[in-house]
Amino acid sequence: MSAFIQYTVQGLAGGGFYAMAALGLAVIFGVLGVVNFSHGACYMLGAVAAAVLLDVLHVHFWVALAVVPVLLFLVGVLMERLLIRWLLRLDPLYNFLLTFGLSLILVDLVKRRYGVSGLPYERPAGLAGQLHIGSIGLPAYSVFVWLFSLLICGIVWLLLTKTRVGMIVRASTEDAERTRALGINVGRWVTPVFGFGIALAGLAGVMAAPFRAITADMGSNFVIILFAVVVIGGLGSILGAVVAGFLVGLVEAYGQAYAPTFAQVAIFVLMAGVVLFRPAGLFGRDESA
Amino acid sequence: MTHPLQNSTNSSRSPEPDAAGPLRDGRHSPLRWVMLAVGLIAALALPWFIYPPVAMDIAAWALFAISVDLLLGYTGLLSFGHAAFWGSSSYVTGLVAIHWGVPFPLAILGGMVFAMAIAVPIGYLSVRRTGIYFAMVTLAFGQMIYFVANQLSDLTGGENGLQALPKNFFGVSSVETDAFSFYYAAIGLILLGIWAAWRIVHSPFGRVLVAIRDNPARARALGYDVDHYKIIVFVLSAGLAGLAGGVFAISHGFTSLEELNWTTSGKVVLITVLGGIGTLWGGPLGAAIVITLEDRLASSGFEGTGIILGSIFVLIVLLFRHGIWGTARDLLQRRRDARKGPVD
Repeated sequence: MSAFIQYTVQGLAGGGFYAMAALGLAVIFGVLGVVNFSHGACYMLGAVAAAVLLDVLHVHFWVALAVVPVLLFLVGVLMERLLIRWLLRLDPLYNFLLTFGLSLILVDLVKRRYGVSGLPYERPAGLAGQLHIGSIGLPAYSVFVWLFSLLICGIVWLLLTKTRVGMIVRASTEDAERTRALGINVGRWVTPVFGFGIALAGLAGVMAAPFRAITADMGSNFVIILFAVVVIGGLGSILGAVVAGFLVGLVEAYGQAYAPTFAQVAIFVLMAGVVLFRPAGLFGRDESA
Repeated sequence: MTHPLQNSTNSSRSPEPDAAGPLRDGRHSPLRWVMLAVGLIAALALPWFIYPPVAMDIAAWALFAISVDLLLGYTGLLSFGHAAFWGSSSYVTGLVAIHWGVPFPLAILGGMVFAMAIAVPIGYLSVRRTGIYFAMVTLAFGQMIYFVANQLSDLTGGENGLQALPKNFFGVSSVETDAFSFYYAAIGLILLGIWAAWRIVHSPFGRVLVAIRDNPARARALGYDVDHYKIIVFVLSAGLAGLAGGVFAISHGFTSLEELNWTTSGKVVLITVLGGIGTLWGGPLGAAIVITLEDRLASSGFEGTGIILGSIFVLIVLLFRHGIWGTARDLLQRRRDARKGPVD
């Protein structure tokens, strides 16, 4: 039983990364209609930025947690202003291909600068050990990742539901055309929303820094799983991204524990099932898209 | 609804199949035969000018790109998981060649059949979505095949890949040892694949595909089972990708997980888009450029291939969305129109 709880916490922690990053992907898709292929590269940039900040400027993990998303926000703003913007009126596949090219560039730039071996990052003091609840020992950092990602998802949820900006974002996700017709300047929010989505990927990257090997390729598989997550959750759905993120994390963790050979395949089997029985995704609306 | 990567004004410069009505079909025009002859001569002369193994790579990637274009350019479906068919065929081809020692065309046939077999369920599931979703779903399924191959390391050699694939060719020893001879033994298979693609595109079936690309709702209203057509072309495309992957594996004498990875799927999409989609000439053109470039970069010791390829991708998508072949044809068309003046 205690092993099961450990796997669950591990899965919820792994799912936390997916949920945060998928949330960013979903928000960007909702407002811009862009599926950002470079999301994995941005996640990687977040982790690398945290490692470099620690190594060069001795910036502590907790500070990096606040600073790196701001940096990635700026990266996102630049990406949107310089590149993404020009293709927004065309078929979304163009931006899919553009961000794919961008991600090739980013990964190879990091590879050339920092090599292929992982950058070191120690777990922050206080989160390094085990957390004992009754007789069950849980890795403190995993619990932290799980709770923190829940917190972030909650904050984003509040932002989207309780603020005017959030209302605009949700409205343009639902129906950009009609939102415009109501006199809302949707275009004004395109750049900040893109930056915000990238910042979420970066935040997931910082969180992953003490947890995973920091390499240029760390985002390559991540982004594929992320696509599976949003297909499972329903691409337009904010709630779907979060729920499917944690779900996929759990499937991965249980898979690794009970059927290690097919842990990663299990995610795609889940996706195949969703595509077969609910093509629009668990929380997506059916619009034969 | 969706005509991916086709310009919004595609009625004026649409790809070959619907460029003219059945009566004015361009395929019998003299220019078409001249181009065909030039293409054939280029394919046969290639190893005289380029290091033969690289020439073989170009030919294999050319067919691979054509298989992607069959979906992207002619049916309007962007598959981002075609490495699954290219790569799995390369493994099955290798296994058949190693364990049974049959002549390599037979081994490749085995790989091709396998690629088509796994394309049936993948295609069945993927065609349930279109546009960007189709790209994501095929990408994910492609990666699933990668993970499966990685796990079946007893069979696939895991991280090491499959080594020492024999090039048995009915006892002709020069084919087995000499890359130049091997090229001529294998180029027939590639040309056969390209011919098959040409037949598909110019058949009634191919015209239905273009109808589906341009207006799926109308095609459905006309009584065509759209999903059924998509699955069939998906499987045919997988077969061509498998043929190309098999030739590639035998030519190199080994295969690895890299051939199954999504970076391979991305590379073939790059080649297709760079050459120009919706034209069977685009794939070979794109392959010649990208493979030669990669070869040059590798031999000069430059390690950031991704930076170059990624930049090409970004530039093409931003500036030359019709690819090289498409852009050239647009220019030609514009000049011809200008000379003719505003008729019809």
